[in-house]
Amino acid sequence: MTRPIGLLCFALIIVFALSLFAGRVWLDFASTPNAMLILAELRLPRALLAITVGAGLGAAGAAMQGYLRNPLADPGLFGIAPGAALGAVASFWFGYAASAWLLPVFALAGAAGAMALLALIAGRTGGIALFTLAGMMIASLAGALMSLAISFAPNAFAMSEIVTWLMGALTDRSWREVYLAAPLTLLGIACFWMARKDLDALILGDAAARSLGMRLAVLQAWLIAGVGLTVGSGVAVAGIIGFVGLIVPHLVRPFTDRRPSSLIVPSALAGGLLVLVADSVVRILPTVTELRLGIALSLIGAPFFLWLLMKMRRGYSGGLS
Amino acid sequence: MTLSADAISLANRLDAVSASFGPGQITAICGPNGAGKSTLLSILSGLLQPDCGLATLHGKALSEFSSGARAQHIGYLPQNGEAAWDVAVRNLVALGRMPHGDSAAGPVEAALKALDLEVLAARPISELSGGEKARAFLARVLAGEPEWILADEPLAALDLAHQLALIGHLKREAQSGKGVIIVLHDLALAMNHADRVVVLDQGQAVADDVPEKALAGEVIQRVWGVTAEWIGSEGHRALVTR
Repeated sequence: MTRPIGLLCFALIIVFALSLFAGRVWLDFASTPNAMLILAELRLPRALLAITVGAGLGAAGAAMQGYLRNPLADPGLFGIAPGAALGAVASFWFGYAASAWLLPVFALAGAAGAMALLALIAGRTGGIALFTLAGMMIASLAGALMSLAISFAPNAFAMSEIVTWLMGALTDRSWREVYLAAPLTLLGIACFWMARKDLDALILGDAAARSLGMRLAVLQAWLIAGVGLTVGSGVAVAGIIGFVGLIVPHLVRPFTDRRPSSLIVPSALAGGLLVLVADSVVRILPTVTELRLGIALSLIGAPFFLWLLMKMRRGYSGGLS
Repeated sequence: MTLSADAISLANRLDAVSASFGPGQITAICGPNGAGKSTLLSILSGLLQPDCGLATLHGKALSEFSSGARAQHIGYLPQNGEAAWDVAVRNLVALGRMPHGDSAAGPVEAALKALDLEVLAARPISELSGGEKARAFLARVLAGEPEWILADEPLAALDLAHQLALIGHLKREAQSGKGVIIVLHDLALAMNHADRVVVLDQGQAVADDVPEKALAGEVIQRVWGVTAEWIGSEGHRALVTR
């Protein structure tokens, strides 16, 4: 377990250092004007934000896959990301330009709303499957309300603003977003860490885990808080970024002992690494307008995931785990 | 030192079932499909709350125990255990330490040794055969060092040799002073290996005695609707139907 963590930390530090130089302008302290300013006010917060958002998504994916005992689970299943996106869309109605704080605060409120709904449902349903279905219903509801809000957008400009924002990006982010997302994400990962023993017990199935003292309502509470904090703050500062939560735990799992508890920290590190790499690539690509990070990750992620599934089918005849 | 069910009822499943279980012996719960065997075991392990009646441990209601304290006393082995993730056998067995909040190597190694899993300890669970898997899941229960072992059809998916081996392990645990309660389908296994048998029929306890009496021909006739008799000598009996 410690070796992948060490390797990932090492890779993260190297890529982090490199990413600070990469971009539309390749930083060269001798010749680039305002090099120090670009580094401190643009590149550094952007890189840190990429790591933060990716780490939150990776850890949330690892926890969700452990909870649902399914390698195809994704943090989006709880409906918290659509809830946060709905909040963000609502903020456009109140004038996006009014205050830079408006959007993230609305998004966090949306995530909190979805979390509150989930918490109301948690413990009242029979088990994991019903609770997950409830989460998916919240996701559909938030998605539908979001489409409604977009279709009634006050003007065409606002509409395109919303749609573009939803695609997810880290362009022109500042320290403000880092200060908002980093503490919340760390707190969220801590919630997953608190749930690690219960997630491990679920290896044996629901009944055996409960006989070992796992309380489903407590586990659900940690997961709701964790996903809310990581994914909610991620959406609040970067829009919707897909695939990270699904792919990263997959990639990391073979290098661990496969216990859900062993997967949380490496998945956070690998998620941070993946988003940081993707965001650096997006910056370097010579496109007219910068490719949206959310689109780029899906473009890389979906085919890669298909390839992975093909490879796994050859390797295993049985389950995906 | 008893685990008891006092007039336990659960809608459509159990009807005022009372039974008391003692340490140091194997009690088998038998009955036709749908008689409520697994339900009774779930209630005795504290996983299910009865509508009325009380499951008690040492005279105290199970519902009054915290989930962690209850788990330290009672180990529960569900039917058809499967591991969700392909972990190593030792890690799977170590999950049994959860009620104690540690991963003490001593009890884990002792459980691996007791079930002859030492050579397989580092192997992923998916590489094990059915019989080896059944042993690994039982070892998980033993690692928690519970006073009570409640197992739901632990022998169902095993071939004859593995059935005998696993029941041998359970017998050894009973001889060391633990209370073992198992749901059994195979009446001959219950007859030959249990110290006591509780027969359930349509949610009611209809017999509760030593195997010779609880599984006597007339009980089998009444409960299963099958005319049958036992042949062979004590401890080696076989059921012959007519």
